Amino acid sequence: MLNHYPAWKNILILFVVVLGFLYSIPNLYPDDPAIQITNANLSVNEGDLAVITNSLEAAQVGFFGETANGTSALVRLNSLEDQLLAKNAIEQSLSDEFIVALNLAPTTPGWMRAIGAGKMNLGLDLQGGVHFLMEVDMDAAIARRMQDNLSNVRSILRGARIRSRGLELINTSNVEVRLASSDIRSEARSELIDSFPDLQFQNREQGNDFILDLILTDAIALQIQRETLQANRTTLMNRVDALGVAEPTVQQQGADRIVVELPGVQDPAQAIRILQRIATLEFHLESSLGAASTSFETYEYVSPDGSFIVNVDDDVILQGDRISNVRSTLDQYGLPQVQINLDAQGGNQINRVTRDNVGRMMDILLIETKSRTLSSLDENGEEVNEVEFYEEKRLISHARIQTALPRSFVITGLSSREANDLSLLISSGSLAAPMTIVEQSVIGPTMGQENLDKGILGVQVAASLVILFMVAYYRVFGLAANAALIMNILLIFAVMSSVIPATLTLPGIVGIVLTVGMAVDANVLIFTRIREELANGLSPQMAIDSGYNRAFTTIIDANITTFLVAAVLYTIGSGPVKGFSVTLMIGIMTSMFTAILGTRALVNLIYGGKNVKTLSIGGKVSNQVVSN
Amino acid sequence: MLENRQIDFMGVRKIAVIASAVLVMVSLISLVINSLQFGLDFTSGTSVRLVYSDAVVVSDVNTTLRGNGYDEAVVVTFGSAQEIRIILPVDENVAVEDQATQAAEVGETIANILRSATDNEITLMGSDYVSAKVGEELAEQGGLGMLVALGMIMLYIAVRFQFKFSVGAVVALAHDVIITLGIFSIFRMEFDLNTLAALLAIIGYSLNDTIVVSDRIRENFRRLRKGTPIEMVNVSLNQVLGRTVITSFTTLIVLFSILLIGSESTQGFAIALIIGVVVGTYSSIYVASNVIIYMNVTKEDLMIPIKEGAELDDTP
Repeated sequence: MLNHYPAWKNILILFVVVLGFLYSIPNLYPDDPAIQITNANLSVNEGDLAVITNSLEAAQVGFFGETANGTSALVRLNSLEDQLLAKNAIEQSLSDEFIVALNLAPTTPGWMRAIGAGKMNLGLDLQGGVHFLMEVDMDAAIARRMQDNLSNVRSILRGARIRSRGLELINTSNVEVRLASSDIRSEARSELIDSFPDLQFQNREQGNDFILDLILTDAIALQIQRETLQANRTTLMNRVDALGVAEPTVQQQGADRIVVELPGVQDPAQAIRILQRIATLEFHLESSLGAASTSFETYEYVSPDGSFIVNVDDDVILQGDRISNVRSTLDQYGLPQVQINLDAQGGNQINRVTRDNVGRMMDILLIETKSRTLSSLDENGEEVNEVEFYEEKRLISHARIQTALPRSFVITGLSSREANDLSLLISSGSLAAPMTIVEQSVIGPTMGQENLDKGILGVQVAASLVILFMVAYYRVFGLAANAALIMNILLIFAVMSSVIPATLTLPGIVGIVLTVGMAVDANVLIFTRIREELANGLSPQMAIDSGYNRAFTTIIDANITTFLVAAVLYTIGSGPVKGFSVTLMIGIMTSMFTAILGTRALVNLIYGGKNVKTLSIGGKVSNQVVSN
Repeated sequence: MLENRQIDFMGVRKIAVIASAVLVMVSLISLVINSLQFGLDFTSGTSVRLVYSDAVVVSDVNTTLRGNGYDEAVVVTFGSAQEIRIILPVDENVAVEDQATQAAEVGETIANILRSATDNEITLMGSDYVSAKVGEELAEQGGLGMLVALGMIMLYIAVRFQFKFSVGAVVALAHDVIITLGIFSIFRMEFDLNTLAALLAIIGYSLNDTIVVSDRIRENFRRLRKGTPIEMVNVSLNQVLGRTVITSFTTLIVLFSILLIGSESTQGFAIALIIGVVVGTYSSIYVASNVIIYMNVTKEDLMIPIKEGAELDDTP
């Protein structure tokens, strides 16, 4: 029979409609402002929760729904304004081990979460998000580079059998080489000059010493800064990617800062943990016996056989940024080991040093930058919180150099957990220079709320106007198209909330609004075609069928080409472009479903299988053609 | 009301060619001479962070800044209701290495201006030089992406229709994008990430329009027994005119809603798209079909036996 859908098709459409409703509803439940407490190393238990609630009561901050699930605790608050107050109160009452972070807690009923129906993530422009300002320690970056240079000068001179009277870093940008005669100095200069194209060579005499200065120029220092910042930014981006944020911003600010913005991050504590997983490695030799006490530092080494004290020479023989990749494996006896591969320059460096030092011990230091909050009273007697950063150095490997090491070598003598941790730490991207979080904030929701409100109002007004127009122009058919349009918006929301957890941004909202305008296009195509068929003398039933069939190929062609464009944009674009193309792709798919299948089902229900004389589709034609 | 018109669109096709050519040339010349007014997303700028002793009203800050000649300042709240961030375009006369110093001075100036306008105590938290967010990266990716997208569209249309239609669609696309960019350049409207997104939407919209027209042309070439290509294109254009006008109309309703209601940041988007929709509607009628005619499209080009057209196919 013409214009009749089999029951399964109607049921399928109904099923999708119900799903669309179900999965878009959670967006109507507003989130509760909340504070989330996690612990870097230990669990968060009921006892901690009691401390937390006591501190809130003392600070007279209203709260409810406090829970602790072993790994983290969550306290819900009455208003957004209370969040900062509550955060401070809780931070005061707990030790530094705990990470206290602002959060938003969902209020959707449990059964909705159980079926995976959640809210759409809103972008930083719509709801705010976490914002970090990180400072790169440029002095450290320069110092490291010069330390490297010093070590290289030493080994080159040694290789060329040139004896120096003294070799030291006299300030942050100057390596001083003291030599016995002008001839030796010339010789040293010609040995060194090719290896240090970045440094300026200058001669100087002081007493009986002929001095060769290797100076880092400002221009080169600036270049190092730029490279360091770029390298750190790349590393941060890799770490942020691990967070699974949809449209993160990792942006350079000023000469030594990087801004990280994570829109819609629900768990800032985790973000901090990952961003702060700042670890660098340094390779040193163990200090030789009888060395001056100023030339080494002392570390405790904890090995399976007990712990002992190791004197680690100050000279860095290799920096962690020379590591190209690392993984934990098992050796031939099934013992855990960490395999380290170096880049070409690192390979040469380690080979040169270890060749000359077979039999000595090589030490690896792990340097982690951590932060702690200090509270003090200012001159007015008010409490001031200050974040202080400190370096924690740990000796993680103390092993004998058996042979000159090649570019790829292994560290043994670790437990399998240590091996795993170490490889993870190094491969998460060793930073070119240490970096600290100098500012952490959650973008205020006011601006976002304003954008969101206006966006929603825009969608409402636009949809209402289009709906009015469609009814006025296409009558009953217009109603069907409107039902499809509303369904389409619901489906887009449902897909973006649950199926593809996409982040909704301002361009995304505009994408949806645009879909509203363009989604009716399919129906306009179909309806004008039906009118044409009526004008050509087809019966109403035939006209409906023919209209849908003929418009179908057009709609498919038009949508596939637009989809292709959106797909390409999605693959190559980033940030807002990606957000826009996601909504466009989703919109194309849902609108094809609602505009073709959905309206057809409705039209079939209204007109199908009946002896219809006229179609309420507007225009003069509908009245002219009746008698046919 | 629109279905029964028989407008001789192709009768003025030579005028259309000249009009399009002139528009494209003017756009290109303006793009070369004026370039585009890139927003902070694409260029660098100065970010000033301020903390007020009391909650701050963003619109007041905006008014104060406008009153002091900082017309392009963007004010956003930041962290709490007391904290704001002001973003200013960078002074291009200052060398890159001096930007940080310049930023510090600008920060002081701004803070002082705002202090004189309020009873609030204002603390200058910092003012920094911000580098371009998308810059080179996006330009490279975007350029490549456009080429890939164009290639795929041409391929798809060549397979589904015919190669001449591919050329028509891509020429129409380039036409729309160039003219929209040109208008942004001529009127010195700011080009930011939202506008870029709009440009991408225009590509989608223009393509949609062109395909609908091409589709009808294909159908009529296969169905109608007689008539010159120009006549058949004319018939097709008249048949889809109703749809073209109505879809453009509903899209424009939506865009004007965004323009009048939406937040400031989406207005650029709406304006770009309004221009794009108007230009796109024009080009779907004149540009694509004109190209097809100039490439001498024939019945034979489209005589590929396809299932859905079989019953109507009069050819042996």
